[in-house]
Amino acid sequence: MTHSLAVTVLGHDRPGIIADVTGVLAGLGGNLEDSSMTLLRGHFAWTLVVAVDADPTTVSERLAHLTAEGLVVSVLPMPGADGSTLEGSSWLLSVHGADRPGIVSGLTRVVADVGGTITDLTTRLGTGIYLLVAEVALPRDADVEALSARIAAVAEGLGVRATLTPAESDVL
Amino acid sequence: MPLLDGRIVMPPLPEGRVLPVVTAPADVLSTACVDVDPTDPGVVQLAADLLVTQRVSPGCVGLAANQVGVGWRVFSLDVTQHPKARTTHGEYVLVNARVESSSRNEKSREGCMSVPDFTGDVKRASRIVVRGLLPVTGEEVVVETDAFEARALQHELDHLDGFVFLDRVAGAHAVYPRQTYL
Repeated sequence: MTHSLAVTVLGHDRPGIIADVTGVLAGLGGNLEDSSMTLLRGHFAWTLVVAVDADPTTVSERLAHLTAEGLVVSVLPMPGADGSTLEGSSWLLSVHGADRPGIVSGLTRVVADVGGTITDLTTRLGTGIYLLVAEVALPRDADVEALSARIAAVAEGLGVRATLTPAESDVL
Repeated sequence: MPLLDGRIVMPPLPEGRVLPVVTAPADVLSTACVDVDPTDPGVVQLAADLLVTQRVSPGCVGLAANQVGVGWRVFSLDVTQHPKARTTHGEYVLVNARVESSSRNEKSREGCMSVPDFTGDVKRASRIVVRGLLPVTGEEVVVETDAFEARALQHELDHLDGFVFLDRVAGAHAVYPRQTYL
């Protein structure tokens, strides 16, 4: 039976983590599907989806040597629908300003309140500046003008600048 | 040069046929197309087919020959209705076209009929000079353009060189699942 599993790997970065994990999965005949990895201040953070003829327990056991060296590894079964096709319009939310608590929660709550979904998110803390860039999928019937006004109002209350711009792509 | 009011004057073409569009991964999309004789009847028919296929494909502003499975250096283009276009040269087909010069890179998000699952951010020149030949007559045309027409030309010429936009994306997080607009 083929399992669709979500594997996360977190911890201090070192050369070869991806090669080690994918080597184990390949050894189990797994097929790596979507994945996203980044370094957050030296911390390795990777989430991947793998289709494999092994149950989560077996996969966890094969990856246990990584846990032993201090990495946090989780293996979870994925629910049925893969959610790879999103419906709606695509927008880019950019926020920057002086760092303070509540920027991310305040602005993403505004998006959530209209049924919007964050499909990609990066936040960075620089010297004196906080940055948030999010890809947002909005429902087809979303009132974008009202949402933009609400975002501007919340941003003003937080002392940051926020813009919501179309992230449309051109078919060529 | 066959230009009228800044638009390329296309020679009369035979009736075109709508061809199926090839999607990646397909070898023909990853293979450089070969130069051909623009007066060859097969090339002339292909020019007509590309234009007709492009016209019936929603949102399509350009089509390279290998997108319909033909490995010849021929493409069609028409950005005249696109809101991001500034300079435009009408609806045309060029044979054996190549970039002569380019400048001023800009990043923008692209999709492609041959890569239906993804979109991606691609940096391309916003000013460009392309030289090519018209089908039927083989007359030489120099297209000096900017903005969206420049981007579309580079996208099509990339196809003819065996590249899709995925080969040009601006970074690891610059590829996105394509959203559906129903």
